[in-house]
Amino acid sequence: MNGEELTEQETALYDRQIRVWGADAQRRLIKSHILVYGMKGTVAEFCKNIVLAGVGSVTLVDDREVTEEALSANFLILPDENLYHGKTLAEVCCDSLKEFNPMVHVSVEKGDISTFGVEFFGKFDAVVISCCSLAKKKLINQKRQKLPKRVAFYTVDCRGCCGEIFVDLKDYKYSKKKLEETVECQLEFPSFEDTISVPWKALPKRVSKLYFAMRVIEQFEDAEGRNPGETSIADLPGVLKLRKELCETNSVNESKIPDALLERLLIGTSEYPPVCAIIGGILGQEVIKAISGKGDPLKNFFFFDAMDGKGLIEDISEPKPVS
Amino acid sequence: MSSEEQLSAIKGAKVLMVGAGGIGCELLKTLALSGFQDIHIIDMDTIEVSNLNRQFLFRQSHVGQSKAKVARDVVLRFRPNISITPYHANVKESRFNVDFYKEFDVVLNGLDNLDARRHVNRLCLAADVPLVESGTTGFLGQVTVHLKGKTECYECQPKPAPKTYPVCTITSTPSKFVHCIVWAKDLLFAKLFGDKNLENDLNVRSSDATNLSEHSEDVFECRKGEDIEQYGRRIYDHVFGHNIEVALSNEETWKNRNRPRPIYSKDVFPDKLTKENGKTEKGSATDDVSAMASLGLKNPQDIWSLAENSRVFYESLRLFFLKRQKEIGNLTFDKDDQLAVEFVTAAANIRASSFGIPLHSLFEAKGIAGNIVHAVATTNAIIAGLIVIEAIKILKKDSNSYRMTYCLEHPSKKLLLMPVEPYEPNKSCYVCSETPLSLEVNTHHSKLRDFVEKIVKAKLGMNFPVIMSGASIIYEIGEDLEEDMVAIYAANLERALSELPSPVISGTVLTIEDLQQEFSCRINIKHREEFDEEREPDGMLLSGWVEAPVDKNNNKSIGNGESTSSVLSMEEIQEGEKDVEIQETSESAENVTGKKRKLSEVSKGTIPDHSGLPDESSRNQNQLEKLDVDDEDDELIISNDWESLTKKKRL
Repeated sequence: MNGEELTEQETALYDRQIRVWGADAQRRLIKSHILVYGMKGTVAEFCKNIVLAGVGSVTLVDDREVTEEALSANFLILPDENLYHGKTLAEVCCDSLKEFNPMVHVSVEKGDISTFGVEFFGKFDAVVISCCSLAKKKLINQKRQKLPKRVAFYTVDCRGCCGEIFVDLKDYKYSKKKLEETVECQLEFPSFEDTISVPWKALPKRVSKLYFAMRVIEQFEDAEGRNPGETSIADLPGVLKLRKELCETNSVNESKIPDALLERLLIGTSEYPPVCAIIGGILGQEVIKAISGKGDPLKNFFFFDAMDGKGLIEDISEPKPVS
Repeated sequence: MSSEEQLSAIKGAKVLMVGAGGIGCELLKTLALSGFQDIHIIDMDTIEVSNLNRQFLFRQSHVGQSKAKVARDVVLRFRPNISITPYHANVKESRFNVDFYKEFDVVLNGLDNLDARRHVNRLCLAADVPLVESGTTGFLGQVTVHLKGKTECYECQPKPAPKTYPVCTITSTPSKFVHCIVWAKDLLFAKLFGDKNLENDLNVRSSDATNLSEHSEDVFECRKGEDIEQYGRRIYDHVFGHNIEVALSNEETWKNRNRPRPIYSKDVFPDKLTKENGKTEKGSATDDVSAMASLGLKNPQDIWSLAENSRVFYESLRLFFLKRQKEIGNLTFDKDDQLAVEFVTAAANIRASSFGIPLHSLFEAKGIAGNIVHAVATTNAIIAGLIVIEAIKILKKDSNSYRMTYCLEHPSKKLLLMPVEPYEPNKSCYVCSETPLSLEVNTHHSKLRDFVEKIVKAKLGMNFPVIMSGASIIYEIGEDLEEDMVAIYAANLERALSELPSPVISGTVLTIEDLQQEFSCRINIKHREEFDEEREPDGMLLSGWVEAPVDKNNNKSIGNGESTSSVLSMEEIQEGEKDVEIQETSESAENVTGKKRKLSEVSKGTIPDHSGLPDESSRNQNQLEKLDVDDEDDELIISNDWESLTKKKRL
């Protein structure tokens, strides 16, 4: 870490947060580059948070056009057709994000992310993807696995009043404060594909039902060739059928994934702003921690359900062999 | 969550937000996105640069403007068809009375000080309007829900009182850097630059009562023909040299403590100073006046040496006299006053050096002296989301689902966001349960003025009190009082309690009301002759008043000002946890809930599985002991340590 000082402007602007994570962490943030895919409400919140935090650059990817629905939970889009006409979601969001912190370089990358090469991902310190099909998630995660450089990988999805974050930091070394000392730690994160391949039966009894429910719907969309989030209550019978199959394959009881939960996730395909704020906040904190290399990262799933108000972490990984 | 019922409840709701800062910006945005259409927002502050790292509705170009107004303008840009009414005003103003609050369906607080929170709490109780409270510090935060008669009010639970230090620790025996800061800020800075008529404890109290006060009044005044350098050296030598020598002469003090060493300017700077100042002054705008700039010290995160600190001390002193002469005699410490911060940092560091206490950077010193709350956008965003969720539950009158939610930095039993059911009102809460208080006081010595300042205003948090003894009003503060009444009250203030026209003696019951807060409280007076000067410096003892757990040596004489976040400490979160219903096991069985009960009845089979304790590694907090928890069976097996943890019971 070279000894570049923070400028006077940076010190003044970031004073309050430097008191939280220190000047060193702030310097690392200033040098970092984040790639973001899928500009829905939750991701808009996340981008706002990291831009305020003062990352080096944020690159947005989302070629979709601005629609009514996009306006509903995304405060980066002003409802003025003259402003957004002819622009993509990424472009409109980019304009707004720049205003939050002129010191952050915000830009747009066009094109189909599945075609971007491995070297492209290598330009970034963290990649955050949302509104992504199962196939794409796996693909992007794999591409960045191939990089020698460690690129933090996150997926985030909100359905109705529930939200999910997945974290993959590969082999991650970091430091944290324990009492008065600084302690060095290391964690190994499984890849996305490895994680979701963990047989359900092998997981602890009390793993959040939301984990399984999200996997069922994810696979349903995949099987039916749907765009992410394009489901409705009419799909319930199909989803229940898939649940039955998956539970049988995994030798677990169907009661692990209640009907009511699946219903809620299917109905609520539009985003719920309070949940966007919460998930976007948690995700922001995680990316900041990973870039600065300080503080326990979340391993490896985070779930929030506004119904019970719990925000919990699940470690979905191969159970360690008993020695 | 998009049922018709919910949408219409939101659409038709009238919401009051108090505070348009860190939480306020996030909250206003989320409310607007969630479909709220009639929002009122009160905030008395204007926008500063240090806000911009998290109060994202504000831009550099907005600095100096009203937060409430700018927040409204910016949010209207992405939700043009809703109504947002801003008030650039202090929430304590009389126009925000009970009738004002009654118009709202719910009140949402995003405040940064205890005083305002208590005030809003009382008005919400009086108006019977639900209140959602919140606070954040760094990565920690919480959201709490308050409904009159159904849950605790905001004041049912003790809130940490601002930290205070015994006078002698500050004047004679500092052991921590913060003691040096308080000395530098509230004593030295105040003495040199503040109101000279104010009492000041600057001089060390020596055991022999040789009264130095006469002599030292002269010390701090500039002498005729003295130039700034001579003056500076004299002050330096007096406070860092002479005063320390005097303190050292009192052997008793240092029996079990490390002796400080006196520091004299000739030892640090044998040569003349003016030669060493390097840069010449450029321009004379007050804003740019800075000792650091003048001395070429660039990095506020550096820890300066004793010599550098001493240079800053002289240079800031010199610059105050040279460039800001007019303000001297009127200044109070302001964390945004760069020169003041430099002076206080330097003075505190020199003193620290004398006492063998580690030195700190300007950045750190500023944080301590200015009670700066460290803050980030993400926590505020999370808390705002949680506030809106509770607000919607309140509008739907979904009372079984109300939750207090804690946002933790380190997960507790997998939870980063921990919801807990609210508690019933505290029957001993003098605010919402009208329990009378008791006051022990020497009614012959203590004046009404002391009672009004220290008890009614400070402890009870009233702004416009009316104090009655039986049917007669002995004192009131208000607008539109008649002149002769004002005179009578002024005279009353100077009288001892027992000598008031309506004498206040042992057995008297005083009724104190704040008509604006619509809050009334009774105090039973008990006469007591003696009070311990060290432990009860106010000469009055109020009981039945729910106070934060007190440190052994808490004199309450000198404080460092208030920390503005009021986030519950981990201790308090842990106390919240103890009220989870627990299945009886062979070991413990004792139901530690005591008198407090959760709002809903928790039956045996439905123990909430968020019944864990926070991790011990939490940043700002004390060490906590872990409970043994058996995951599989939803039971808590309570170790013997539980008893010691529950000692600090809430009433």
